[in-house]
Amino acid sequence: MRRIVNYAPSAGGRLLLGALPFAIAVIAYVIVSDARLAANPGDKIMPAFSSFVAAMQRVVFRSDPAVGQPLFWFDTWFSLARLGAGVGISALLALTLGVLVGFIPYVRSALDPMIATLSLIPPLAVLPILFIAFGLGETSKVILIVFGIAPVMVRDIVLTVMAIPREQIIKAQTLGASTWQMIIGVVLPQIMPRLIDSVRLSLGAAWLYVIAAEAITAEGGLGYRIFLVRRYLAMDVILPYVAWITILAFVLDFALRQLSQRAFPWKHLKEA
Amino acid sequence: MTEIRFEHVWKEYGSSIVLENVDFTLDNHEFLVVIGPSGVGKTTLLRLLLAQERPTRGRILLDGEPIAGEPTADRGVVFQRYSVFPHKTVLANVMVGPQWAASPLLGRLFGAPKRALAERAMALLARVGLAEHAQKYPQQLSGGMQQRLAIAQALMNQPKVLLLDEPFGALDPGTRRAMHSLVRELWEEHAMTIVMVTHDLMEAFHLGTRVIAIDKARKDSQAPERFGATITSDFCAKPRIVRDSRRFETARLRAAEAASAVPSSASERD
Repeated sequence: MRRIVNYAPSAGGRLLLGALPFAIAVIAYVIVSDARLAANPGDKIMPAFSSFVAAMQRVVFRSDPAVGQPLFWFDTWFSLARLGAGVGISALLALTLGVLVGFIPYVRSALDPMIATLSLIPPLAVLPILFIAFGLGETSKVILIVFGIAPVMVRDIVLTVMAIPREQIIKAQTLGASTWQMIIGVVLPQIMPRLIDSVRLSLGAAWLYVIAAEAITAEGGLGYRIFLVRRYLAMDVILPYVAWITILAFVLDFALRQLSQRAFPWKHLKEA
Repeated sequence: MTEIRFEHVWKEYGSSIVLENVDFTLDNHEFLVVIGPSGVGKTTLLRLLLAQERPTRGRILLDGEPIAGEPTADRGVVFQRYSVFPHKTVLANVMVGPQWAASPLLGRLFGAPKRALAERAMALLARVGLAEHAQKYPQQLSGGMQQRLAIAQALMNQPKVLLLDEPFGALDPGTRRAMHSLVRELWEEHAMTIVMVTHDLMEAFHLGTRVIAIDKARKDSQAPERFGATITSDFCAKPRIVRDSRRFETARLRAAEAASAVPSSASERD
């Protein structure tokens, strides 16, 4: 009998074990839902899977008279546009500010305390300020996302830039590189993989701010819909929406990881 | 012609003195090895020459001119580690210096100039034995190969002085011996000046034409930081006159061989 830490499952075993908790959760839901529906056929808290299908068919395929297209895609498009704008602007900020602050001592002295302070302000606390200053439209929502994730991303990139071995920077100078050439030739290529990782890590927080902003006010959006139908206890819409957001987050994360591996093969090499 | 001159150089950090009154002149095409115990200031000496740090007192002259206040292309360097760019292939690492010199904005060449440069880079890579690894990334190379790459990368820019900071410290003994002969050969071929820092005495006397030992000449046990290290011994390991006569002798022998080879091959044809 070996110690338990020395047993590892096979590839098929890993797949099976990984799927097990999901299966248990689904089965448990079905059992409890059936029991509740048997006691009260009008129960809205734990609808049967058939209700999910019916509700989804309604929002995915049938055009909504108010917006002129199926609500599901309308909401998905709005949320993804906000998320993309917020994360894109944050990534751009992280890239430019991060490199300048991390690489140029004078810029670091000037901006580092400011960025550190900004990153400590809870973004949701300034949401009212954003709504007052920029109105209830898209601007304030995108700024909320940027405010929420950009400071962390900038600091992450700053640390990555500063972690580039000093020897490389000296070597580049002895090869005749100017500051600009070092930025585009040595620093930028080496932080790009980290920027992608940073975006991946920030996506969770970005979704939080998208949904928080939509919950308060919006024309549409996944978070807006969830909070709207909450009033009618419409779990048959809320649960599929939550599952859809999870799938979107997973796909984005997977796509970014693939991008990093394709674009920066040197980063994913094992040491010889 | 390259002449390095340290003029009464001191290096202090606050009240602690690292180097005191280092003063020497290094002639053209010398292989200077600086030895000394750990932490005594060998690397500081090299950093001063690299202008990564500046002397508190005194001057460092290269060909009679004070060296630039920052690292520049006339002084190449190879560190013990991290001297190649991990995101570039072996070939791109070697091509990077000339590309930076030729293209200030993009830092890269295109078309015919790029092909010419690639050819020159491949020739140098073949010389250091990395031709078949040109498309690999540095992480895929062994430690010795990475150091050969770093040396090739520095040589592409044809620096006046090549600075080596314990370049073989992390290598196994066999690789280290191979690197020794490679560096000796490159030093002869490129007729350049090399300044190397090491704590390996055997290595120092095997490679160097001149060996300088630095250590603290005076010690105060109450305040060890009050005295810095200076040159305690300056040894001419391979006198220039011996080297010159040997070179002359090889050239003469080669010429004689060539002269005797020509008529014999001509007579064979008859």
